[in-house]
Amino acid sequence: MDKIVIIGNGISGVTAARHIRKNSDSEILIISAETEHFFSRTALMYVYMGHMRFEDIKPYEDWFWEKNRIDLKFDRVEDIKTDTKQLVMKSGGSINYDKLILAVGSKPNKFGWPGQDLDGVQGLYSFQDLESIEANSKNAKRAVIVGGGLIGVELAEMMLSRGIAVTFLVRESKFWGNVLPDQEGKLISRHIQKHHVDLRFNTELDEIIADENGRAKAIKTKDGEIIECQIVGLTAGVSPNVAFIKNTNIEVERGIKVNEFFETNIKDVYAIGDCAQFDQGVNGRRNIEQVWYTGRIMGETIAQTVTGNRLAYNPGPWFNSAKFFDIEYQTYGWVFAEKLEGEADFYWEHPKGEICIHVVWDEVTGLFKGLNVFGVRMRHDLFDKWLRDGAGVDEVMANLSTANFDPEFYSHYEKAIVAQFNAETGRNVELKAKKWWRNLIRN
Amino acid sequence: MKNLKYTGMVIFLIGLAIFTTTPFLGNVKMTEAVMLETLDEQKLGNLEVQLREQLLDKEFSSAFAFSRAFIGIYEAKNEELKANKEWGQVMHTKSASVALDLSRASNNGIVTQNKWLFFFLTFGLGIIGALFYIIVDLKLKGPPGIKNDGIYHDTATNRGWIGVLTAVWLVTFYIVLYFHPYIMTDAISLTDPVKGLFKEGAMASQWFLYGLLYCTSMLVMGVRMYIKYRHNKYQIVRTTSVLFFQVIFAFLLVEILPLFGLPGRDLKNAMPLDYTFLYKYNIQELLDAGQFGMFLIIWGFVLSIIVVPTLVYFYGKRWYCSWVCGCGGLAETLGDPYRQLSNKKLWAWKLERWLVHGVLVFAAILTVFVGIHTFTSLGGVNDGEGVSTIMGISAFDVRDWYGFMVGAVFAGVIGTGFYPLFGNRTWCRFGCPLAAYMGLVQRFKSRFRITTNGGQCISCGNCSTYCEQGIDVRAYAQKGQNIIRSSCVGCGVCSAVCPRGVLKLENGPEAGRFGNEGPIVLGNDGFQLNQ
Repeated sequence: MDKIVIIGNGISGVTAARHIRKNSDSEILIISAETEHFFSRTALMYVYMGHMRFEDIKPYEDWFWEKNRIDLKFDRVEDIKTDTKQLVMKSGGSINYDKLILAVGSKPNKFGWPGQDLDGVQGLYSFQDLESIEANSKNAKRAVIVGGGLIGVELAEMMLSRGIAVTFLVRESKFWGNVLPDQEGKLISRHIQKHHVDLRFNTELDEIIADENGRAKAIKTKDGEIIECQIVGLTAGVSPNVAFIKNTNIEVERGIKVNEFFETNIKDVYAIGDCAQFDQGVNGRRNIEQVWYTGRIMGETIAQTVTGNRLAYNPGPWFNSAKFFDIEYQTYGWVFAEKLEGEADFYWEHPKGEICIHVVWDEVTGLFKGLNVFGVRMRHDLFDKWLRDGAGVDEVMANLSTANFDPEFYSHYEKAIVAQFNAETGRNVELKAKKWWRNLIRN
Repeated sequence: MKNLKYTGMVIFLIGLAIFTTTPFLGNVKMTEAVMLETLDEQKLGNLEVQLREQLLDKEFSSAFAFSRAFIGIYEAKNEELKANKEWGQVMHTKSASVALDLSRASNNGIVTQNKWLFFFLTFGLGIIGALFYIIVDLKLKGPPGIKNDGIYHDTATNRGWIGVLTAVWLVTFYIVLYFHPYIMTDAISLTDPVKGLFKEGAMASQWFLYGLLYCTSMLVMGVRMYIKYRHNKYQIVRTTSVLFFQVIFAFLLVEILPLFGLPGRDLKNAMPLDYTFLYKYNIQELLDAGQFGMFLIIWGFVLSIIVVPTLVYFYGKRWYCSWVCGCGGLAETLGDPYRQLSNKKLWAWKLERWLVHGVLVFAAILTVFVGIHTFTSLGGVNDGEGVSTIMGISAFDVRDWYGFMVGAVFAGVIGTGFYPLFGNRTWCRFGCPLAAYMGLVQRFKSRFRITTNGGQCISCGNCSTYCEQGIDVRAYAQKGQNIIRSSCVGCGVCSAVCPRGVLKLENGPEAGRFGNEGPIVLGNDGFQLNQ
């Protein structure tokens, strides 16, 4: 019987283990140096903010693993000997494997800033980061957050929940500029400022200044401004956590190099999740994907391959979601920061400026390409179907009421949206009455 | 702003402290007139000699002291009568309630002399202080949105010492209310002026005090709900609904109907939650009340047998549990700060199924016993005594057991008293027979479900944590499955706290109700999804 060893107990590794167990009787071992049990990484912020306890962000009770015969080991892998199929463990000794799945995740980016390793300087990724931010928050008055993306906003929200003031340095001229179109970036920027965050665009970190104990006490921007702070949050993206693999025979570039079957250059060694780098992005995606959902899809897929049903990574239409303070964000399909050539788009914003919808389609064929929504929830199933079936933008707009996923009694804006859509684009869409959403899927 | 909040808390605590002190402020002296007026012939015959010797015209410094003395005499006499087998003379009224009547009529303490003043010092200060404390959150907690910051850092809401103290106070309150009401003689009397607004000169009962306190708590904490969920219309509408049904149906109508000579009944209280409906005295009273009484009898059956399951079929049991019900109403307002404390573990779910269905079976047995007794006696069987013993078990005993174990201890003492320790729906989840009945309909024959939005779940656990019914919502959501659980009361908070827009309460065709049958979650085209 095969022994399948998975390094990393994040969403990718754990999903792989669960699905391997569904398909086979193989021996399964998950090794993690981070925590004994799987937890939801995306929920670390809620533990800090006091919404939940750590035990609440563990998606499975502790008995789950033994019941499903998934062995756990809380230890660090120091080296991988691929020729003898052995893992060298930090606690001493070694572990044999027949098949090895690397799901080792990422680590926060550091770009060589002076002082980036001082006490009080950290990212927000791991359980250890949660512990250190807890410690760093004692007596902190101000935090400076570097990097205008999702984790940065989360960190800002965390700081504010403890009464710590936040200065937020964004290198670009708008928020999350490499992902969000201008309008959405502005909407979110306004919302962040409404929460009294000192948001600085076009501002870059120059260096972090230490006090006599080697703790961060201030930062200096490239413009020479000194900002006193006790915490520096580095949230300028993450990169694959592959340092310990670089010494092995496994080929590593930015991430662990894999083909679409997650196979590395070494037989029986696979990589999934944040740490995997595809030769070529699959289905038009980036070649390194660091999202919860892609990790899960990769875990589902690799489980097939290692249990004898060799399957390529074949994710469906892109989707993602986030929450910026009080505003939820969902996206289906592709809405790029800069419209591609041949694309047309339509943007509607509620007069109060906290709800918006952004639709992109092919200028010529009218093919629906993607949607961003802020402050509105949309039905994943419908958009997934529309994107796979190649629905036109008119069909999508006509069925917006059915696609809406907001709780009952919420105000609806579809009429205003479609009216403005028709007026701006010269198209002639008639909004259809809401119907039971599954009826649209069956047709 | 913060200071305003603290000031509110201090004012509230002063009101609470005065309320809690009232049992020590009495001054009870029973006069001959009161004794003769309050006690019926049998009791007078049994007790008059001792009462004249030991209690009459003696001053007691509290209703408690007086009542203990009275109860001692009463119980001793009953023991003596039983020992002598003088069954005809044994008194069946509960000594505690006779003691309450006597001390109510004989109390002349500072509270009874200044009822309005003390009403203001307790209810008034409590309401003002609490509202201050609550309303400043409009500014303090920032723009509208989910603000659960610090809930698990606060000892009031994380089972810390304030939570424990709160639970001790509540449990004590319920024990006094149900079993030793004479202790709160003074607290009851300070609501006399409010009772007087309905009928001049009427005296409040302990249930009037409780009802008033219940409505007040719901209204004040309802304001908190309006502020906390001001961004969420489902919560606003739902909160308005529970407040409406509590204040109008459970309180005002019950007080107002008797003014027109009609029986005061809570029209929305359905069997078997309303377990006294079939009791002989109740049916008799309704029969005596003419057409309206007859309507109430028919309505009682129609409500439980037709209205309840029909509406559960269309909307899920939420239409009752979190929109109409009084117990649910208190849980959704006063209990909201404690919703995260419900146990999500698998063993708790197993326990829940045994307990809640056990109570349902118990309630069914009670209904059979009481129903047979009531209708046989009204039908004139055994000279109107009816059939009260079935298989050697007395209907009166079944009534007493149920009333004590389920009605008082489970619903009151544990159900509400333990809010700060076990969460706000302990009764609804583990004990309520009506919830169990509706749950069966909801699980097997209903259009209601909580839809999971494709593959958008990130397993964060907010939904499970804030589920007051202890449902592990995440376990379903992260598999892309819909949530269909008999215990779900449809409060909608899982959907509200979800940071990724994954959950939606909805009613729809039963086909495909359970959603993704897996094992693959939406978003992965490498596999066939079961559609």
